[in-house]
Formats: sequence, C-alpha cells, structure tokens
Amino acid sequence: MNKTLKLFMGAALATAISATAGAKTLVYCSEGSPEGFNPAFYTSGTTFDATSRQIFNRLVEFKPGTTELAPALAESWNISADGLVYTFKLRKGVSFHANKSFAPSRNFNADDVLFSFDRQRVKDHPFHTVSGGSYEYWDGMGMSDSVKSVKKIDDYTVEITLTAPNAPFIANLGMDFASIFSAEFANKMMAAGTPEKVDSMPVGTGPFSFVDYQKDSQIRYAAFDKYWAGRAKLDRLVFSITPDASVRYAKMKAGECHVMPYPAPADLAAMGKDKDINLMTQEGLNVGYLAFNTQKAPFDNKLVRQALSYAIDKQAILDAVFQGSGKIAKNPIPPTIWSYNDDVKDYGYNPAKAKELLAQAGLSAGFSTNVWAMPVQRPYNPNAKRMAELIQADWAKVGVTAEVVSYEWGEYLARSKNGEHDTVLLGWTGDNGDPDNFLYVLLSCDAVGGGNRAQFCNADFDSLLKDAQKTTDVAKRTDLYKKAQVVFKEEAPWVTIAHSVVYQPLSKNVVGYKIDPFGGHAFYGVDLK
Amino acid sequence: MIAFILKRLGMVIPTFIGITLLTFSLIHMIPGDPITVMAGERGVSAERRAELEALLGLDKPLYEQYFVYISNIAQGDFGKSLITREPVLDEFLTLFPATMELSLFAALFAIGLGLPLGIIAAVRRGSIFDHTVMSISLAGYSMPIFWWGLLLIILFSVTLGWTPVSGRISALYWVDTVTGFMLIDAWMSTEQGAFTSAVQHLILPSIVLGTIPLAVVARMTRSSMLEVLGEDFIRTARAKGLSPLRVIMKHALRNALIPVVTVIGLQVGILLSGAILTETIFAWPGIGRWLLESIHRRDYQVVQGGILIVATMIILINLLVDVLYGVINPRIRHSN
Amino acid sequence: MTTLSKPMAPPSPLREFWSYFSANRGALIGLYYIIFLILLIIFADVISPYHPYEQYRQSFLMPPVWEAGGSWAHILGTDDVGRDMLSRLIHGARYSMLAGAMVVTLSLIIGIVLGVLAGFYRGTFEVVIMRIADVMLAVPSLLLAIAVVAVLGPSLLNAAMAIVVVSMPHYIRLARASTISEMSKDYVISSRVAGASSFRLMFVAVLPNCMAPLIVQATLGFSNAILDMAALGFVGLGAQPPIPEWGSMLADARQFVQSAWWVVTFPGVMILTTVLAFNLMGDGLRDALDPKLKQ
Repeated sequence: MNKTLKLFMGAALATAISATAGAKTLVYCSEGSPEGFNPAFYTSGTTFDATSRQIFNRLVEFKPGTTELAPALAESWNISADGLVYTFKLRKGVSFHANKSFAPSRNFNADDVLFSFDRQRVKDHPFHTVSGGSYEYWDGMGMSDSVKSVKKIDDYTVEITLTAPNAPFIANLGMDFASIFSAEFANKMMAAGTPEKVDSMPVGTGPFSFVDYQKDSQIRYAAFDKYWAGRAKLDRLVFSITPDASVRYAKMKAGECHVMPYPAPADLAAMGKDKDINLMTQEGLNVGYLAFNTQKAPFDNKLVRQALSYAIDKQAILDAVFQGSGKIAKNPIPPTIWSYNDDVKDYGYNPAKAKELLAQAGLSAGFSTNVWAMPVQRPYNPNAKRMAELIQADWAKVGVTAEVVSYEWGEYLARSKNGEHDTVLLGWTGDNGDPDNFLYVLLSCDAVGGGNRAQFCNADFDSLLKDAQKTTDVAKRTDLYKKAQVVFKEEAPWVTIAHSVVYQPLSKNVVGYKIDPFGGHAFYGVDLK
Repeated sequence: MIAFILKRLGMVIPTFIGITLLTFSLIHMIPGDPITVMAGERGVSAERRAELEALLGLDKPLYEQYFVYISNIAQGDFGKSLITREPVLDEFLTLFPATMELSLFAALFAIGLGLPLGIIAAVRRGSIFDHTVMSISLAGYSMPIFWWGLLLIILFSVTLGWTPVSGRISALYWVDTVTGFMLIDAWMSTEQGAFTSAVQHLILPSIVLGTIPLAVVARMTRSSMLEVLGEDFIRTARAKGLSPLRVIMKHALRNALIPVVTVIGLQVGILLSGAILTETIFAWPGIGRWLLESIHRRDYQVVQGGILIVATMIILINLLVDVLYGVINPRIRHSN
Repeated sequence: MTTLSKPMAPPSPLREFWSYFSANRGALIGLYYIIFLILLIIFADVISPYHPYEQYRQSFLMPPVWEAGGSWAHILGTDDVGRDMLSRLIHGARYSMLAGAMVVTLSLIIGIVLGVLAGFYRGTFEVVIMRIADVMLAVPSLLLAIAVVAVLGPSLLNAAMAIVVVSMPHYIRLARASTISEMSKDYVISSRVAGASSFRLMFVAVLPNCMAPLIVQATLGFSNAILDMAALGFVGLGAQPPIPEWGSMLADARQFVQSAWWVVTFPGVMILTTVLAFNLMGDGLRDALDPKLKQ
C-alpha cells in the first residue's frame, strides 16, 4: 500500500513540474479572498493586491519599491500658484483589456478619467449606486470635500480644481481607489442592463488582465500583450488563496507557490536558513502604538503617560511578538517617511524612573486600568493579545494593575473611537507616504472622536500640522513636521511601540521583485528564472 | 405510505420557519454593526453611515426587516453579501460542489474502510483484531480533528512531501470551472496531470473529515452485525450448511446494514460541522469556511442565508433517511 | 461481554453495576485517567512548577528537555512568550474539565426539565418544545455554537453557554422518550390511581427510572463538550488569553506548526486523551447500565 502510494505520488509530482514548461506561470499564495474587484469600494490590501496593483493604472503612481510619485496614465501635470488647480496631460496610445463581453474600440482618454472619478464623486452619476456603491476611501480621504470639479479640457487634458490648497492631494491620486476604469466598457454594460459587470469583470489598462476568479480558491490573470509600458515577463499570474501563514510557508517549501505575503514571525528564522528561499526585508510604512485616553484621569496627566511609557520593555515586546520582524518606534511616523525626526529621544525601559514619575503625579500607590487588545492580526501588530499580556506584566512591576480587554473587531473600533478605553492598542499603515496621512489623521484635534484614539488635542501640535497642510514647499513642511514630533514625544499621548519590518519570502527562481513600502504586492517587472 | 411522507413533510414547514426566526434573531443580536467593520481603522462619517444603512435596509424596524427577509426567501432571494455584493445563493452554489466533493470522499473513506473493519471485528469478536479496531475507532471518535489535520500536514506534506499542503488543485493548472467538482473538471481539462493533482489534494482533507464518521461506522457496523449474527435465521442458515462467508455476506450483512445506513444519513450534520474545521485547515474553498469567515466579517446576509440553506438541506436529508427507513423497515420485520 | 458467574442471591444493584463496569478494562483505564485529571485540577497550584502566566523572557519557545536546547527548568518547553508549557497544560485541565462539567450539568438539568415536562404533559407544549429542539438539531452544532458565541462575545464562559445551547436538544429528546415509555408502565398508572401529584409522579417516580440512558449521555456529553470547547477555542471564539485552555493554546500555537512542534502537539494530546477517557468510561457505563447488553 505504502509503496504504491509513494510511486503514485512520485509520478504525480513529475507531471506537475512538466506542466509548467509551456507558459511562465507565477503563483502567489495570497492571504485571503478579495472582497471584490473594484478597488474603489474597499480598503483592504488583499483586495488591492488582486485588483488595482495588477489590473489597473492610476494617473500618477508610486515608483515600484518607493513612496516617490511618478507619471503613469498622466504623462505630466502642473499645479497653479495658489495650489488650487491641477492640470494633467494624459498619456496617448494606452489600450484597455478585452474580455468575453467587451473589445475596446478606442484608447484611454479623458472620458475614462472623468468616469472613474465622477462615479465616486457625483451623487447622481448613473454609476454612483451600482453594486451598492460605497466608496470607502474616496469618502475616508475627504475627497468629496476637497475636490470642487473635474473637467475635461480636451481628449488628453484633465483639470481638477480643489476647494482649498491641500498639499497631500497629488499623492492621494496615486492610491488604489483612484484607479482608472474604462468608460466605454461601463457604457456598454449599462446599455446591456448589466452595469455590475464593471465591478466583477474588471477592465483596466494594467500589466495583467483578469481571466477568472474561483471563489475563495484562485484568481487567474494573463499578461496583457498591449501594455503601454511593455508586456510583463510572466505569461500567467495565479493568486492561490491560502489564509494560514504556516500553510503558506509549507506550500512554498513544497514548491506550490513562488511568492507569499505575511510570513509568521515564528517561521522567519527557518526561512532565513532555507536555501530555496530568498528572504527580502524592508521597513514597513506603519506604526503600532498604545494610545492613552488623554481625556480620562489619570491619563490626562502628562506625568502618568510618561511614567507608563518608561515602564514598558519594548525590546521584550519586539522579541516575543515580532520575533525580529519589527523595529522599536520612537516617532508616530515610520523612518521611511520624509520629515522623520531622528533627533527625538525615546523613553527607554526604566521602571525606577516610572515609579518616580508616578510618585510625582501622586500615584505612588499605583492604580488599576485596562489595556485593550485588538482581536485581529495586523501588519503593525502581529499579536495584540500577546502584546497586551506583556504590557500587563510590565505595568504590574510599577504597581499598575491592568486588565486585558478585547472586543469583536467592529465593536473594538467603534468603542475605542468613542473613547471608552483607558488605553488601547492600535496602529496605522500609511496610504500615500505623506506625513500628514499619519499625524493629521491620527493625532489632530479634528480627528478626536475619529482616528484619534488618544483623544489628544494639543494647540501647539495642531497648529504645526495645519500650517504644513497649507504649503506645497516640502522643505518648509519637513521643518514643521519635525517640530510636531518633538511636541508629540514630550506630551506622550501614545507609547509608540513598533514599526514592523516587512519580510518577503520568495522562491530562489523569482527575480526582479521589489517590496512595496505600502504593503502591496505587484508583479509587473517580475520574472522566473 | 404517502400519508406518512406527507405527515413528515408537514412537520418540516414549522421547523423551516423556526430556522428563519433563529438565524434572523441570532444575527441581529450580534454586537457591532457591519458598516463599522467594513470601514476598518479609517472610520465612516455619520452621513455616509446613514446612507449605507438605508442602502442595506438596516434603518427599518426589526419586524419589517424580518418580513422583507421572509418574503424574499419565498421568491428564492436569500439576500446579497454585504462584502462581495454577490447574491448569497450564487455564492452558496459556487462553493457547494467543493464541500460536496470533500464530504463524498470523506464518506467514501469512512464507509469503505469502516464497513469491512466493523464486519471483520464482529466476526472475529474478542480477537486481537477486534480489540485493535475498536480501540483505534474509539480514539478516532475522540479526535480533535483540527489538531489531527495539523499533525497530518506536518507529517505527510511538510516532512515527507507526499501530499500537497492545501487547496483543491495545484495553482499551476488552469482548469476551467464547469461542474464545480474539481475531479470532473480536471478530468475533462486538457492540462496534463491536472486530474492526479486534484486527487492528491483530496487525500488528506478526506481522511481528516472522514475520521470521526469512520469510527462511527466501524463501531455501528460491528454492534449491528453482532446483533444480527445472534439471530435465529442466521443460526438456521448455518445449520443448513451454507458456507460461513455466504452466511455473513448474504444474510447477516444485508440485515445489519439498515441501522448503519440510518446512522450514515444522520452523520450529515456532523460532516458539516467537521467541514468548517477541515476547510479552515486545508484552505478548502467550501461552504464551511465561507460561513465561518462570514461570521467573523459580520456579513449578516451570508450568515443568515447560509445557515438557512444548510439547515434546510440537513432537514431534507434527514427526511429522506426517515422515509427510506420507513419504506425498508416493514419488509425487514417480515423477513425476520 | 464475559458473563460473570456469580450465582446465589441477587447482588445489590451498585455491586452488580460495579462488577460489570470493572470487567471492562477500557472503562477502568478511562476512570483512572479521569481521577488522575481531577487530582491534577485540585492540586494544580502545588504540582505545577511555575505559575501558568509567568513569562520567562530569557526563554521564548524553549524546546522540551529531551530536545537539543531544552532544559530541566522547563520540562515540556515554553511557549512564544516564555511561559512554562507543563504548568499551562496542568492548569488547562481545570478550564476544560470545569467547562465540561458546567456544560453537562446545565444542559442535563434544563434538558431533563423540558424533556420530562414535554413527555408528561404532551399536547401543544410538547409540540413547541420538540419543534424548537428540531430547529436546533437541524443546524450543524459547531456552526450554531459559533453563531451563539458571536452574539455573546468570545470568552470561556460564553463558549460554554453556547455549547449548553447546542447540546440541550439531545437531552430533551432523550428525557422525553424515556418519560413517555415509563409513563405507560404499570407502576406509574397505579401511582396515578393512588392520587400522586403530578410533580411527585414526574420527578420522584418517573425520572429515576429514566436516569440510566441520561447518565450515559451525560458522560459522552462531557467528551463532546470538551471537544466543542476546544474547537471554539481553535477558531478564536473560546477562552481568551492568557487563560491556558487547551483549544485556544492550540489556536495560538498554529503559527508554530513548523518551527516549534511542542506547542502544537501537547495541548492536542491532552484534548485527545481526556476525551478518550470520557468515551471509554461512557462506553463502560452504557454496557453496565443497559440491561439488554448484559445478557
């Protein structure tokens, strides 16, 4: 029985390898099913990987592997002196994908840009409510408030007017939700009475065209022969959906996939030693933090916040929770973002100092509080419950008794937004590489009751952020943000815990892969040896 | 007979309504609303929230939502997923063949191995073989299958490399979905080796899912066989000088199988419970994993519709078993 | 079953029961293992070398003593935050067994009350109860339990409540069926004639005679409860950290499948052996209590 089984297996493996000889197929073991195929509807990286990063282009895009903007479907752009009018010159000769129900008759032009933005922006646009129409990012980034109009000047010129100068705006257009769809395909589907197909059979201009999706199992793409920047080196791209990290690793070892995201921290050591695996690493564009509720006693007292910052042994957290896949954070923005202030001095692990500060605050007897731990795994925090347990043990040493509390994820987000917590673990992954996208969203007075889980509102800090939004001069903005980070550290509304380091295991035969600082996975430019 | 079937059918209807009530009220008691979950760390404005609630019908009073729900079901509309925006029934139908294929093979494994083991154990009652089979089957019956699956993966996929780790077929093959049953689709595809790959992928999950049913079938077969072997007509058959094999296979087995078949029929619910865990471990794209993930994602509509469809299926299968049993039973009493 | 040849006067029921039970080696092993577990639970604080929550930050994921890198300080190794595995497994017995006991007691009591009432009063009341039981039995038990925990929120107690909910219908059905069959017996009819009150009839006369199948079901229910508990823990809906419940220990350990086998293997072994012990004992009880099999 065993012998025949073995023979059978051997024969099967041999055929598996020979089958690949024809087409160059790259298998990516993705971490989950995409929510859908229109990136404008969703906010998760899983969905973006499956859609915008392979199938679509944007007017401007981030250069692979950087947070730097580069022209894409817009060849060039200029900004008026008052910072209000953005004029884009569009690229010519860009073709759209074809599929079973659509063969494009024209190339990409201004109509497609207008369609893609107006669908999200204009409430009575015929497509606004198609497929349930909720545009989480467009709404979340406040685009409806900041964009006054989108105008077609001619077929290859588009003009966008803002309501107020907004320096991070151009970076927003490089984000996934600003992907450009085919207006021609949309009109055709509308005429056929099946407008939802625009969102389930995506047609874009990107390097790979969508072939099919087997729910919860596989997504298949083919290289787009007429891609404007040159055909991809791969012939086929397959996303094999594998939610469990250790299973993904096992599949890599078995040669069943070439690239996998989010390795389990526990497996990193073994991967590093594995000679069939190339383990790339880069610092992630994120921050994991513990926010004190600065409107609740005793955390309204700066001394208490500083004391508890001193009381946490961040190195132990990094060892246990990140197992080497993280770096201690001292600022609320990661070091890969411009304006990162390296002169800021962190609160080191110092329980004696913590006790002293607590005594100064009149709390030498200690007190009890809680630590909220998220129920989900995030890039900035692979295991919040473990982290909370470690913090709990650390605080106990300075006389602070903390209870670990957790809720279901939606509940967790809602309750912490309302400020029901004493202290809460959360984090943030950058959207567009702009410091404003961290500092303003997470710590400004406007964000209290929203993204600002510390309920932190400090006049000095806030005015620095507001000034920085009004100018497009990067040197001036850098200066303002650096000052803001100093104020932040002194006030200590958060214990900045870690920036995760992104590890990217690849099969040895994969070449040309670049880690995306935004946490995405794109396969244009990748080849198999 | 017809009256019996009609009566059983009549009992199904209140159960069905009960299930709609159960799923509806369970889902609405779950704390945390889907809109907050959808928005994630980024949050959602009050205005947008109101818009979304209206869109999803969540702003209406509960009884009205229930009424809408019931009347939609009557028209075959089980709602649309909040996340993917696809109709729940479509998603179910897409994923069901995967679960069906897995369950069939698990059942095949359980019956194909459990029946002979049970029979031999009964015939050689008290032998070492009997004791071994019964001990192993009791262990199988006590197995936490999520752990069992992990152990098998470590052993066969990671250490020995005999079987693939997860999924239904190697991602290198482009097999078009025709029937949804991977074995059939792979068989029909032009890709070389796709069928073998599909078979290999099916082995471990089937074993894991089939472990508990295997134990049940083996134990049930043994005890039912023992009972029949003690009956008069077997003794008579033996006395008539029929060969022992003939007695066992022809006379005893046929009679012993009836309770076994019933038990197998009633294992459907247990198989589905197991499928939730098995599919999670093996990244198997079936309805068990779909339901579990929907609960985690607060996809109200999928959980509601999905549980309803699954429960209805189980009721119908139980009904079928019941009716079959009723059909077979009187004849059996006669032959005794 | 080997028939014991003890003639003479009929032995006392308890004696007789024990002689059948102890003839079954498996059942005895199960019983001894359970006694061992109960001792562990009582003396957990004394026996376990460390506190189950204490983190030894110098030794994350230390392998068991017989592996390279292991040490006698942590005989079965440590987990990913440096907690002693052995201590956690010993304390884990508390949670699994207590949860099991709670589930069985509650579902048995509620099940018996509803089942006996249904069997006694029949009519609409019975129909309603039995339809509700049918509804609950139609949904796969794990799925229903997951949905119930989703409502209540994940915790050890809520997971136990969810299992009570899903296991209740079995007891209801069983209690009702036994009650109905008892009700038609002569002694019930005669005590009815003698004017016994309904309550007395139900719980003093009828119930004790239906206890045998219920006791067997309860023992087997114990093992199901432990398994379901672990399954809920495994999908992240059971006990929450740092509680060392075996199923949730497994869930936390899943990412170490390839790097640290001991954190994955030991909790599973504990679950398996405990469930097995209850099943062995349950089988023995059934054989000893079921008069039909005794012949």
